[in-house]
Amino acid sequence: MDALLEVTDPGPANLVQDAGRRGHLAIGVPVSGAADPWLLACANRLLGNAPDEAGLEMPLCGPTLRALDAPVQLALAGALGARRLRPDGESGPQAAWCSFTLQPGERLQIGPVRAGIAYLALAGGCRVSAVLGSRSTYQRAALGGLQGRALRAGDRLAVAGAAAGQGVGLAELQGAPFVHEPGPLRVMPGPQDEAFAPGALQTLLGAPWRVGRDSDRMGIRLQGPRLQHRAGADIASEGVVPGAIQVPGDGAPIVLCVDAQTVGGYTKIATVIRADLPRLAHLRPGDELRFVAVSRAQALRAKAAQAQAWALWASRLRPCVPGDGPSLPDTQSLLALNLVSGIIDGLDDTLPWEHMP
Amino acid sequence: MNLQDRPRLSPLGDGAVIVQFGDAVDAGTHARVLGFVQALETAARHGRLAGVLEWVPAFAAVTVIVDDVDEAAAQQRDALLLALATSAAPAATSGRRWWIPACFDADLAPDLEALAQARGLGLAQLRALLAGTPLRVYMLGFMPGFPYMGDLPAALETPRLASPRKAVPARSIAVAGRLCAIYPWVSPGGWHLVGRTPARLFDAGADEPALLRSGDELRWRVVDRDEFDRLDALAAAGRIDRRDWLQPAA
Repeated sequence: MDALLEVTDPGPANLVQDAGRRGHLAIGVPVSGAADPWLLACANRLLGNAPDEAGLEMPLCGPTLRALDAPVQLALAGALGARRLRPDGESGPQAAWCSFTLQPGERLQIGPVRAGIAYLALAGGCRVSAVLGSRSTYQRAALGGLQGRALRAGDRLAVAGAAAGQGVGLAELQGAPFVHEPGPLRVMPGPQDEAFAPGALQTLLGAPWRVGRDSDRMGIRLQGPRLQHRAGADIASEGVVPGAIQVPGDGAPIVLCVDAQTVGGYTKIATVIRADLPRLAHLRPGDELRFVAVSRAQALRAKAAQAQAWALWASRLRPCVPGDGPSLPDTQSLLALNLVSGIIDGLDDTLPWEHMP
Repeated sequence: MNLQDRPRLSPLGDGAVIVQFGDAVDAGTHARVLGFVQALETAARHGRLAGVLEWVPAFAAVTVIVDDVDEAAAQQRDALLLALATSAAPAATSGRRWWIPACFDADLAPDLEALAQARGLGLAQLRALLAGTPLRVYMLGFMPGFPYMGDLPAALETPRLASPRKAVPARSIAVAGRLCAIYPWVSPGGWHLVGRTPARLFDAGADEPALLRSGDELRWRVVDRDEFDRLDALAAAGRIDRRDWLQPAA
C-alpha cells in the first residue's frame, strides 16, 4: 500500500524530476530530469533508493507536506533545512543530509534553498505515472510529474508506505553535504566556433559573465560582452544538447540547460562539458561565472572523477545520531521571495531560446 | 564526390557529435541524413553501436548522443560513425506516406489573405498551391511532434511575421521561408497561419507518440469546414485511428 503526502503549501516552481527521459529526442522530446542528478542521487541514497528515483526538485523554497495515514521516510539534499510540525502543536528543526520519518498527521515545512538547488527524496520514490519512460516534469509540453506542472496545494504524492515493506523502517542515515568542485565552468570549443569573428572565443573564455534574470530550466542567458559573428548567427537547425552555448544575432550567449529544446538554429561557440552541467543548476540571476576550455579527453576524465567522488560520498554514509546533523539554517525567505519573480518571468514562452517557428 | 560532399564529424561537448552532410535545406542533403539514420538503426539492431544512446536527424546533420568511457573509446566510436556516414546510401523517404485532412477556410487561416496579397496570388490560387504541394518531413523539433516540412514552391516563399503571435491555435498549419509546419499545441509562433488540421500530432500514451517522423511524405486532403469540425470532434474523442491516414505502400 502506498502512503500519501499531501501538499499543504506548494512553494514556487517545485517539480517532480528523475534522471530524465531518454530516447525521444528524434521526436522533439527533451531529456529534462533533475538539473543536478548527483544531488537527487544523494537524497535517494540516504533512503536506500536507486539514485535515479523520482524526487522533488526545489529551486527556491520547498513545499510544506503532511503525511496522511502512514509514516513516510524522507531525505533532503542541498543547502536548506526544514521544520517538523506535529499535530499536537510541537515543532522542531529537521536538517538536510539525513533520512527521517514523518509520522501520520505530521507536517514538514521545507525552508528556502539558500544556495543552488535542492532535492527531496521519498522512500521508494515518488509514485507519479511514468510518461515515455520517465516521471520527470517537462512543463512546456505538460509531460510527466503531476500533469506536467509544478506542485500545487492539495496535490497528493504517493510514497511507498509501511505495508509495502519498503522504505519505512530502514536505518536512518546521514552524510556530509555533497558539493561540486568550484572553479570556472569547463567547455569544449565548438562546434561552430569558426563562425565567430576572431577573438570571440577568447572573449568567451576571458570575460566574467553574469547570469541574466530571464534564465530557467531551458537556458541561462549570459550578460557580458557581445560575441560577434563572422557572417550571421543562423545555421540550418540541428540537434542540440544541454550545455551547448548558442549565440543568437544579438551576440549575447545562452547556455542550454536540462529542458533545452531538441534542435537549435543558432551557432554554438562552445559546449559545457557534462561533468559541469549540474553546476548550471546552482546558478542564480546575478551570479558571476567564467569559462575555461578543456579537451574531450579531459572532459571524459572529469566525468569519471565525478562518479568516483559521488561513490566516495555514498560510501561514507553513517547511521543518524540525533542532534549530530548540520544545524537548521536561518530563514532567508525574503531573499527567496525576491528571486521568485525572476523564475516566473523565465517561463515566458516567447523568449527566443530558439528560432521560434 | 568532392570534398564538400564528405560527411564531417564535430564534437558537441563530450556527450554528442554532429555528423554533417552539408549546409543546405534540400531533399538531396536530407536524403543523406536519412540514409545515415537508417544505417544507424541497422547497426543498433545488430548491437554494433557501442557508446551511442540516440540520435536527432535534422535538415543537413544528425546529432548523435554518445556516452564514451574514455578518449580512446570516443575515437573508435567517431571512426565508426564516420564510416557509416560515408558508406550509407541516401534514402529518399522513410517509406511512409500520409494523406492528412486540412481545412484552408478563412476563419482557420488568419494569414491566408495577407499572404496571397503579398505574393500577388489569388486566394483560390494560393489554396491550390498549398493543397497541391507534396511535403517531406525534414525533422521534428521545437515542441514534441512539431514537424518541419518542405519544400513549398518558390511562389510561396515568405519571411516570418514581423511580430510573432503569443498564442497560435493548436493544429494550425503554418508557413515561412519555403517550409511548412503544424503546431501540435497552443504555443507562441511567428509563422503565417494558412489552415488547420484535425490531426493530433503527439500522444504520449501511443506506441508511436509522434504522428510523423523524419523522412515521411505528406499530402493534404482538403476538407470543408463541416468535415473539419466532424473530424476534429472525432479526434478529440480519441475515435480516429491515425493509421487510417497512412497511404498503403504502392
